[in-house]
Amino acid sequence: MRLPCPCCGWRDLREFTYKGAADMLHRPALDDASGWDDHLHNRTNPAGETRDLWYHDPCGTWVCVTRDTVSHAVISGATLGEAR
Amino acid sequence: MIRLKETSAIAQLRLPTLADCTLRVLPPVRITSIAPYPGQVEALRARLGGFPAPGGVVTLQGTDLVWAGRDLAFAFGDDLPDGLAAHCSMSDQSDGWCGFALQGAGAQALLARRLPFDLRKMASPGSARSVMDHLPVLVLRRASDRFEIWVWRSMVQSALAHI
Repeated sequence: MRLPCPCCGWRDLREFTYKGAADMLHRPALDDASGWDDHLHNRTNPAGETRDLWYHDPCGTWVCVTRDTVSHAVISGATLGEAR
Repeated sequence: MIRLKETSAIAQLRLPTLADCTLRVLPPVRITSIAPYPGQVEALRARLGGFPAPGGVVTLQGTDLVWAGRDLAFAFGDDLPDGLAAHCSMSDQSDGWCGFALQGAGAQALLARRLPFDLRKMASPGSARSVMDHLPVLVLRRASDRFEIWVWRSMVQSALAHI
C-alpha cells in the first residue's frame, strides 16, 4: 500500500503511522455533551469512500488521506490545513 | 585551553566493501536546522538568497540549504547571514548527524534495496527524508551516481549494517 504525502509524493506504508478517522478534525462545542460522546466513541465505518489521518514520520507531515474501503483504491492526500 | 579534536562518530568503524560502489565517511560539517516561523518563508528566502522547496537543494556560497522536512531546512556549511532569527527558529545539529557518501554506477540500485521510495524519480541534486529499515535518514543526491546518507549518530552502526 502506498500513500500520497503532500511534500514527498507517493510513499510506502511503512513510512506512515495511522491515527484514525478524519472526523477528529472537527471538534464539537465545549458544552455539547452528546457531540463529545460521538466525537470520542462513535465512528461511521463507511463501506466506500472514507477519509483518515496518517502521519508521515520522515518529513513530519500530517496527511488526510481519501481512500475507498471497498475497492482499496487510495484516491488523494491533503495537508490538514487543506483538509479542514 | 584544551582544544578538542573534531572526529566523526564513524571514523573508527570498518566500512563494508561494495562491488561497484565506494562508501566513505563524510567529514564533520556544521549543520543548522532552519524552521521558518509561519508566513516567514518569503522573507527568509530573500534574506538567505533562496530556500528549498520539498525535495530540493539550494546551493549558496559556502553553504547548501537542504530540504529536511515540512517547513524545515538544514544548512550544511558555516556561512549563514546575520539577522535570520527574526524569521526562523535555528538550532545547531552538527554533532547529531553522521554522513556517508556512496558513489558508483550501482549506487542507485544498491540504495533501492534499502530505501522504500522510488530513487529513479529523485532529482539531482535533491533531498529526501525516509527510513532505512527503522532508521530515519536524510538522503541527498549530489549527482546521478553519488548519494549522501545522513543518519543520527546514535544509529550509525545500525545504518552501516543495513548498507
